[in-house]
Amino acid sequence: MNAAPYTLVIGLEVHVQLRTKSKLFCRCSTEFGRPPNTQVCPVCLGLPGALPVLNKQAIDYAVRTGLALKSEIAKFTKWDRKNYFYPDLPKGYQTSQFDLPICSRGFLDISDSKGAFEPKRVRFIRAHLEEDAGKSMHDEVAGKADSRIDLNRAGTPLLEIVTEPDLRSPQEAKAFLTELRLLLLYLDVSDCNMQEGSLRCDANVNLHIPVDGKTVATPITEIKNLNSFRAVERALTYEAARQWDQWSNDHIAIGGRPKQTRGWDDVQGVTTLQREKEEASDYRYFPCPDLVPVTLTGADLDKARGELCELPAATRTRLVQQYELKEYDSDVIVSQGRELVDYFERAVVAGGPAKRVSSWIQQDILRLLNERQQSLTQLGFSAERLADLTKAIEAGTVDTSRGKEVFAKMLDDSALSVAAAIEALGIKAVDDSELMELCHQLLAENAKAVNEYRAGNAKALGALIGQAKKKNPNADPRKVQELCKQLIDSGAV
Amino acid sequence: MSLSPTDVERIAHLARLQLSEAELASYSVQLQAIVTFVDQLQAVDTVGVEPMVHAIELSNVLAADEVREGLSRDLALSNSPDHDDECFRVPAVLG
Ligand SMILES: [Zn+2]
Repeated sequence: MNAAPYTLVIGLEVHVQLRTKSKLFCRCSTEFGRPPNTQVCPVCLGLPGALPVLNKQAIDYAVRTGLALKSEIAKFTKWDRKNYFYPDLPKGYQTSQFDLPICSRGFLDISDSKGAFEPKRVRFIRAHLEEDAGKSMHDEVAGKADSRIDLNRAGTPLLEIVTEPDLRSPQEAKAFLTELRLLLLYLDVSDCNMQEGSLRCDANVNLHIPVDGKTVATPITEIKNLNSFRAVERALTYEAARQWDQWSNDHIAIGGRPKQTRGWDDVQGVTTLQREKEEASDYRYFPCPDLVPVTLTGADLDKARGELCELPAATRTRLVQQYELKEYDSDVIVSQGRELVDYFERAVVAGGPAKRVSSWIQQDILRLLNERQQSLTQLGFSAERLADLTKAIEAGTVDTSRGKEVFAKMLDDSALSVAAAIEALGIKAVDDSELMELCHQLLAENAKAVNEYRAGNAKALGALIGQAKKKNPNADPRKVQELCKQLIDSGAV
Repeated sequence: MSLSPTDVERIAHLARLQLSEAELASYSVQLQAIVTFVDQLQAVDTVGVEPMVHAIELSNVLAADEVREGLSRDLALSNSPDHDDECFRVPAVLG
């Protein structure tokens, strides 16, 4: 894909809604989806005289995130007013952080377990806390050309994370967001629900084009309204092609045209011009006189550092080292979230063989969770039962294919043990002489398949498996096939 | 520091104020007076004085993350120029 005659340069701004119970500067609930304007008070309505008080939990979440992103945490941080007018912003300003953000710099490493791109370090410029705005909805009632405003969301804490323009492809951008989201979920600072707007993304994009031995940059566009990872990937792919076309037509470089803001239209699959900024927006930031600064001591940060959980990158490495999982397998489990990692480890602690537990989780548990749209808890198949099942398979008490039947049986009855399920299904170990007799019988009855096998068709014996199952459902198909081959190859039949 | 009429126009525009020629002229004089008044501070020798970020010498005024009941919706909407049963109503917001 690097055949493109340019380098795509992408920087992201990610807004993360922190999962505090109450808002950033008042104690109204942040619960999503409540009836409009039922979570409001004088502070978040911007009524005169109302005074904001900072939510401590929001600071804790921001510090936790900053530490995990290897950022420098400010020992002194303050609040500034970003002034602009919009109907969903009742105060006429957004309380934000201008020159002293709570987090500066830092990085997040990304890679692709299938090697779709080279591992890369994405650097951060800053992360700061700010309050969210309300929601405006255009009234659909015909003839009424006005908007309706719901201020339930106004004042909800956001952490705005800004990256350096380090990303070079839509795939990298998607991978970065996926990894950032996973990290935030591990940290438990946000529910990261994109449908509910808990994770929102804007992208700054341009092209670097080699022209006569020099690099020319195209004007930067900011793409808004990226509400899913797929939208991010599609919008960036579209925008790169659009900027290339535009450059090919007009050869206007950066500085030759103002910065554009474009909106992503997910239905049409295009970005459309929203506005062109002739000059830097003048938000007339100034320190908020209603809010006092926040200071953090070295001891505060040490404490927060001590409470930090294991991060996804470390968990990936540990599962490989501690349980000898393949990197790919470790990645699949870790990327599903902490709950699945815990589940895997509990199953192993309970005696399940790690590799078998891992593959059972990937092939059966994840498939079921996906099919049923359930969580692990809802599935009702404990890690301990998975341990028992994989132990039984490892010990040869049941083969893998009958193991699936045992699994299904145990899923139907959450009280059923492996032993009970095995008994209920009439599964009995088949001893060697029984197996030998079965194979002799099969070969005698299937001369045609035997001849085909002798003629070089290695797959011919596959036809015998179904018959073997009918004669004795407990016969391990793999063993039957192997034994039949041995009998023919050794000339015993 | 002196303000040009263009500065005043720009400030008015940012504050979404539409000023007549007469208003622009009189506000320019008033605003200039305010700026000149504050400008006196430039005379103070601040060498060696730490810049101040806040007028109140306090920090870390924090509240625990506990939800408290706010206003009822009826009360919240009651002061607005226009509203329906659920929402504030404003002139159409585009884009
Ligand atoms: Zn409130």
